[in-house]
Amino acid sequence: MNMYKYDEIDQQIVNERVAQYRDQTRRFLAGELTDEEFRPLRLQNGLYIQRHAPMLRIAVPYGMLSSTQLHKLADIVEKYDKDYGHFSTRQNLQLNWPKLEDVPNILEELATVEMHAIQTSGNCIRNITTDQFAGVAPDEVVDPRAMAEVMRQWSTFHPEFALLPRKFKIAVSGTKEDRAIVQAHDIGLEFYKDTNNKIAIKVWVGGGLGRTPILGSVIREHLEGQHALTYCEAIIRVYNLHGRRDNAYKARIKILVKALGIEEFKRQVEAEWAHLKDAPNTITEAELTRVSQYFDNMPYADLSANDAGFDAAIASKPAFAAWAKRCVHPHKKAGYRALTLSLKPHGKAPGDATSAQMHLVAHLAENYSFGELRVSHEQNLILADVKLSDLSTVWEQARAAGLATPNIGLLTDIICCPGGDFCSLANAKSIPIAEAIQMQFDNLDYLHDIGEIELNISGCMNACGHHHVGHIGILGVDKDGSEWYQVSIGGKQGNDASIGSVIGPSFSAEEMPTVVQKLVDVYLQERTDEERFIDTVRRLGVAPFKAHVYAKNEVVA
Amino acid sequence: MSQLITLNAQTENSIASITENAWTYVKLPASQIEERKQAGKVVLFKLTGENTVSEVQIASTIIPATGNIIVPLTVFIARKSELQSRINLGEVGVWIDTHEIIDHLVEAQADLNELPIIAVHVERFADGRIFSLGTLLRTRYGYKNELRAFGDVLRDQLFFLKRSGFNSYLIRADRDAKDAIAGLQDFTKPYQGAVDDPRPVFQRYNRVAS
Repeated sequence: MNMYKYDEIDQQIVNERVAQYRDQTRRFLAGELTDEEFRPLRLQNGLYIQRHAPMLRIAVPYGMLSSTQLHKLADIVEKYDKDYGHFSTRQNLQLNWPKLEDVPNILEELATVEMHAIQTSGNCIRNITTDQFAGVAPDEVVDPRAMAEVMRQWSTFHPEFALLPRKFKIAVSGTKEDRAIVQAHDIGLEFYKDTNNKIAIKVWVGGGLGRTPILGSVIREHLEGQHALTYCEAIIRVYNLHGRRDNAYKARIKILVKALGIEEFKRQVEAEWAHLKDAPNTITEAELTRVSQYFDNMPYADLSANDAGFDAAIASKPAFAAWAKRCVHPHKKAGYRALTLSLKPHGKAPGDATSAQMHLVAHLAENYSFGELRVSHEQNLILADVKLSDLSTVWEQARAAGLATPNIGLLTDIICCPGGDFCSLANAKSIPIAEAIQMQFDNLDYLHDIGEIELNISGCMNACGHHHVGHIGILGVDKDGSEWYQVSIGGKQGNDASIGSVIGPSFSAEEMPTVVQKLVDVYLQERTDEERFIDTVRRLGVAPFKAHVYAKNEVVA
Repeated sequence: MSQLITLNAQTENSIASITENAWTYVKLPASQIEERKQAGKVVLFKLTGENTVSEVQIASTIIPATGNIIVPLTVFIARKSELQSRINLGEVGVWIDTHEIIDHLVEAQADLNELPIIAVHVERFADGRIFSLGTLLRTRYGYKNELRAFGDVLRDQLFFLKRSGFNSYLIRADRDAKDAIAGLQDFTKPYQGAVDDPRPVFQRYNRVAS
């Protein structure tokens, strides 16, 4: 398996964390810590106090899991929760119903499989995210995982950045086509090979969604790879000292960058970095080599680029062919594919998986993908290294477990936060909206005809559902105590990322499937042969979509 | 009992001890400025660089005639000539609030090591600026003497304060300082280099991929 494996030092840190948090919980329950004092402590361990129960967010560093870890997670959701978990847009796993008193025991169980909940919430450096196809993508220039692991260790309990003005999210990417939305993060690192064939970094800063969506600015076109940590320290130090703590809504780094302007912000960062450059936190060749060894190539077999059995299955089984078209992805190694197991069956909460499904996926990973899998920020599970000849077997098993909806990248592959059903921050429910839209577009042939379209739903402006970068974005808003939904179109992730434009006044929950239908109708009528929904929106602008959605009693042509 | 924890020299067996405080905190007279509010809520954190002290407050601050004193930064800067002889005797330390700028201290006092103590006051424990201030004082300005955290100082922040260069901690009055000492040892082998040990874990140990 190629995943980072703890040594004694990593294990000791996680074990000490369990002991520390167990004592913090004890002191809270004994009245030795007030609610206010316990709050940042529990948050930095991923524990929110929610509508019905606490919510615990378990870290899945850069989205990678072993089958052993997934089996353990399945056992945990069965033992401590209602037998299911929710995979989030930060590639983490959330439990919706754990007991506060049980959390130390959950952490202790997680520690046995080299997992934890460190810094999954709170005003600190959060889980670092990356491309779900890291290491196998044909367009990959630099495998980002070794650097992501080095950064995970560096950011874990970083003393200077333990209590920042606000949360701090870092994403890293090493592909030509960005799949980690680096421009929508507080810091985005884009790895590439420079003219000396050495790892270099294009550094983005000040992106973020939430209440004030802003795409990041480039603060440095070229940074030598070994300076990743010290340069981030310079950025975060300037932010820690000068970020706004007086108003939580203006406390993200994007507000500071915008207020100072990128040039002045850069000047301050570079002045700081002049002192930090080449400091001991500079990444050594030896350390990068050590960590990189864990991400060496899998022991791939030498296979032919084609497989007769696969071709025959495609020809004889239309359902398999439909699945392969949407859920199977190219791989750098001949005869292998990556595949996505959809956690978006129509009419179910996006991103949820039961313990039985988790066990099954773990078994599939063991048997067909070197015992390793990934969580995507689109809230699906990925088997990254499956032989072409095994695909139909995997499909049969996945389909029997409800994990083979052929909708990846289509309208019903909805990114969705837990929303008002669970989250105490939410203004409106999001899951029922997702379910209703999925049912509206339940006809698979029609869904495939509509083609690639990303629909993202957030239950509040904190934007956990990334609604700003959805081709269609839906935001739950509160108006006089009732739930309404604001619709935007034209958002996009990727290299040509953009923030969507709101089309007009918001809608009731009941109207939403029809609203989405009308947006799709305009697209289907106006599209050229080559155009995806986003292309048509970009070509025509918002106006024709708006006109049709808000038209009274119009008959669709 | 004293609420002051002082880090022991590395040669000693225990990490820290409860010690008696030898310094008097000189306080500014109460401000006449009203609390700042935003959307009806009192603003809890002052902006970095925000001027919160009036000249009247500075002028009317009562400085005890004798003994060891920790003086607010604004008073120290404005009334330095008055304090100079006592600075020379090592009787004067400086009180910095987390929203104040260290450069202002350095402009007034070129050699920080003439100050036997710098005490950083943290009004709310969640104000993590204190960690950058400690780090800068130790690494950028080469400050070697006692660096104290006081104010809303609690057990669960001590490990980070120690790593950021603080070597004494005045625990908030309603908490048990003896209990808080344990917080200094929450973790044995931290990953990243910081003030207390600038070497990251990969420089301190020979880590081998298994």
